[in-house]
Amino acid sequence: MSLKLKALLKSPWVFHLSTGSCNNCDIEILDCLTPRFDIERFGILLAGSIKHADVLLITGSCNRKSVERLKRLYEQVPKPCLVVAIGECSMSRGMFIHSYNCPEPLDKIIPVDAYIPGCPPKPEAIIAGVVKLIGKVQESIKKK
Amino acid sequence: MIYVVYLIVYGFLLTAVVGLVASWIDRKVTARVQYRVGPPILQPLIDIVKLLGKETLVPKGASKTAFLLAPLVGLGGVILVSTLLWLNNINTSNTFIGDLIVAVYLLTIPSISIIMGGFASANPLASIGASREMKLVLGYELPFVLAVFVPVIHSGFSIRLGDIIAFQAVNGAIVGSWSGALALIVVIMCVQAKLALVPFDVPEAETELAGGALIEYSGSGLAVYKLMKNMLLFTLPFFVMILFMGGFRLKGIQLLYSVLRYVGLVALITVIRNTNPRVRIDQAVRFFWGPMTIIAIVAVILAFKGL
Ligand code: SF4
Repeated sequence: MSLKLKALLKSPWVFHLSTGSCNNCDIEILDCLTPRFDIERFGILLAGSIKHADVLLITGSCNRKSVERLKRLYEQVPKPCLVVAIGECSMSRGMFIHSYNCPEPLDKIIPVDAYIPGCPPKPEAIIAGVVKLIGKVQESIKKK
Repeated sequence: MIYVVYLIVYGFLLTAVVGLVASWIDRKVTARVQYRVGPPILQPLIDIVKLLGKETLVPKGASKTAFLLAPLVGLGGVILVSTLLWLNNINTSNTFIGDLIVAVYLLTIPSISIIMGGFASANPLASIGASREMKLVLGYELPFVLAVFVPVIHSGFSIRLGDIIAFQAVNGAIVGSWSGALALIVVIMCVQAKLALVPFDVPEAETELAGGALIEYSGSGLAVYKLMKNMLLFTLPFFVMILFMGGFRLKGIQLLYSVLRYVGLVALITVIRNTNPRVRIDQAVRFFWGPMTIIAIVAVILAFKGL
């Protein structure tokens, strides 16, 4: 069990899913992969298919249309997997909080492991969030 | 009994280790070309361990047996062909008539396993990926076989790998002749396509097919495919070295030269993949049936003239 999680932490492949974002958060995620930040140093790769992913990065305000897709995709990630909410929209629906189209925030729909605030969060903030997430999982391995 | 040892130690373990290191070299060179730092050396191994620990999902409507069996077929093919190559490389008398043909056959098994897996996974993108892989195989096999014919002619029409290595030990590497050099260019292009790397990564096409034939694979199935591809990254350059550069010599200073040649080949493949855009499948097939086949035929004619 613990070897499994340890290897997972050393090579988390991420899949980014927009549930109605303004696309700015997605651009910031892609920025992390550019030469300036180069998160491949830590084994993080962008997966093209949901079946290859270990970490689901979710941006956007979970509108009615995309919630169905979100649930379907969450069921398709091979477990163990982690979910990260990126940006104000996915945490509290941000400026869309009173919208008829965004009834529920993300963490009422699927379990979320880490929140990264910002509108959009800087790449540094995203990396700091991922580091905290890795620390948290390592703690939970030690406790077991 | 001795052959079982060869199969496990050389065919599987040694090839897998070298293949993992080679895929690290590939990723590191890619990173350096893009002014990045790149992953640590154990990264390919960690990826595979991680994938082995994950859940294996079989998509609804997929043919379960074929879906789960396809990666193992491919891995089996690679293990067999690398055992065959090592056997000949270590002792050139360990050869039998026609093992070159067997090796050429076995080298297509990984492609066939990808086609099998793609069609079995009941996903439209995977089917497109598999059908493109099939067209690519049809494209590159013709120039590949023609180019492989050149060392056969040079070594006095012997279709034994051992004889080809022994010939080169006496008369110098085949790549030193005009026909050998031309054939080597063709073979490197075919290797690029066999490994499904840019510019011939049409079957995987991350941007349009999102992983292509492997899109539905997760967990251990994907791990086996990754391992197969990493091992191919050793086996194919090794095959090229046996045919054109006198094999992988293991004695004294020759070992260093062989390692350098091998690393050079891998780096060349990586640089080609980093400096080219992807071609369309029809362009790829036209490329292989047009210029590459012509160059290969010229090489064969030159070889007949003894050049
Ligand atoms: S959090 Fe801000 S930047 Fe991100 S998707 Fe929402 S509105 Fe756009």
